[in-house]
Amino acid sequence: MDKVIYAHNLSLAYNDRETIINDTSFSIESGSFVFITGASGSGKSTLLKSFYGAITPKRGDLIVGGVELSDIAPKKLNLLRRHLGIVFQNYRLVNEWSIEKNVMLPLIISGYSKEVSTSQVEKLLRHVKLSHQTGKYPQELSGGEQQRVAMARALSHNPILILADEPTGNLDDYSSQVIWNLLQGANLQLKTTVVVVTHNIPKTLNLEYKHFHLENGVLNEVL
Amino acid sequence: MKSFKNHLSLIMAIVTILFSLQIFTITERAIDAYESNLKENYSIVVVSEKKISQKTFQQMHPLIKKSELISADHVLKNIKLQMKQTNIKLLKTALPKFYRIHLSKFPSPDQIDAITNAIKEHVGVTRVESFENSHNTTYKLLLLFKQVVLVLAIFIFVVTSLLMLKEMRIWQFQHTERMSIMALFGAPVWLRSAVLFRLAVIDALLATLIACIVFVGMVNYGWIESELDVIGIHITIFDLFNDGLSMLMLALGLSLFLATMIVLGHKEEV
Repeated sequence: MDKVIYAHNLSLAYNDRETIINDTSFSIESGSFVFITGASGSGKSTLLKSFYGAITPKRGDLIVGGVELSDIAPKKLNLLRRHLGIVFQNYRLVNEWSIEKNVMLPLIISGYSKEVSTSQVEKLLRHVKLSHQTGKYPQELSGGEQQRVAMARALSHNPILILADEPTGNLDDYSSQVIWNLLQGANLQLKTTVVVVTHNIPKTLNLEYKHFHLENGVLNEVL
Repeated sequence: MKSFKNHLSLIMAIVTILFSLQIFTITERAIDAYESNLKENYSIVVVSEKKISQKTFQQMHPLIKKSELISADHVLKNIKLQMKQTNIKLLKTALPKFYRIHLSKFPSPDQIDAITNAIKEHVGVTRVESFENSHNTTYKLLLLFKQVVLVLAIFIFVVTSLLMLKEMRIWQFQHTERMSIMALFGAPVWLRSAVLFRLAVIDALLATLIACIVFVGMVNYGWIESELDVIGIHITIFDLFNDGLSMLMLALGLSLFLATMIVLGHKEEV
């Protein structure tokens, strides 16, 4: 199976301060569903950020979607990010844009036509059961609904990899289940690789997944 | 509503800057017109035993624009009634030549001294009257007025700079999150900044429109023009084409500068 993420002796640090991820090696196969767990402050989110190039490796190799991320040029990084779907705990929607425009953002960036983008957005809003909320702005929606908009945005451009940082951290049980179902659906139906950073792995998932645990700056697979 | 308020704050800042610019332009025009009036009315009187041509006068000092010979009849008109015609004829031939010297610009006291000395050095010149006392008072008043305008301009510059800085911070706060989100999905810099530059252009156009409407209204109302007319100053308060264009250029320049600074100062959140 192809590796969508490959890390070899990877070390990560903010500026020149203390190293957060220390000399770790791992790989994530294409089409897999992966959980990364670890204690608070263990560096889970930092590791996830390195996958979309927000943090450059201090040492070692990190290859995502076939692109080496050490010393990557901004133009190349932009191209890589157009194939990623990112979901955050705090949703990170553009508040002054309608939910349709938020979902459309990756499509606009990737250069899809207006007709294709509009039809894709309609389809996704139906998929996340928000078609009755069209025309509204993020702040008019509940937390669960905002995260569904963020999910629709992450799925809109058929990414090769979805990176989710505590996607249910701010949600109630019902909304959390909706988000897990959406991530599961993307993985099973679209064969999209999903990497989720979380504290707790949900017990209701009906799929095979891999579990990595981060401790003392080293990522190990939990078998 | 929030978005409208955000727009309004920037538009008002630009309108204030445009307003200051135009007020400064009007004041400059009024001072120039007043100075020009003074220059037209000011002249130096020269008494000479010999005839001096205009060219000779012009060679004496670069500020000398033209000279005119004051007719002897004009000099004698006050004493004509008490004298016989033959005596007047004799007196006319004996009278020295009187010249009125006009200058190309309103001179400073030092320049008057230089001109007076240059003329006095010429053979035949017996007296030069520069009306120095009254000239000095007017000149000092004009200088004071100019300095007051300069202080006002500096004050306006400082205030508008602070306004701009404040706006820059607000804009940075407003647009950083959107630009970061767009960057996360791979938007190139031009696309991330497009919204910002579009807003900058729209706000600049609206601010120019508001400022133009206010000044056109001011011209139509005519209060400032009539006040200036009283002191003999006739100037253009607002020229829609030239002044409007200057305002548009300044507004666009300022808002695009602001947008560029935000784009250059934007760092991706980690």
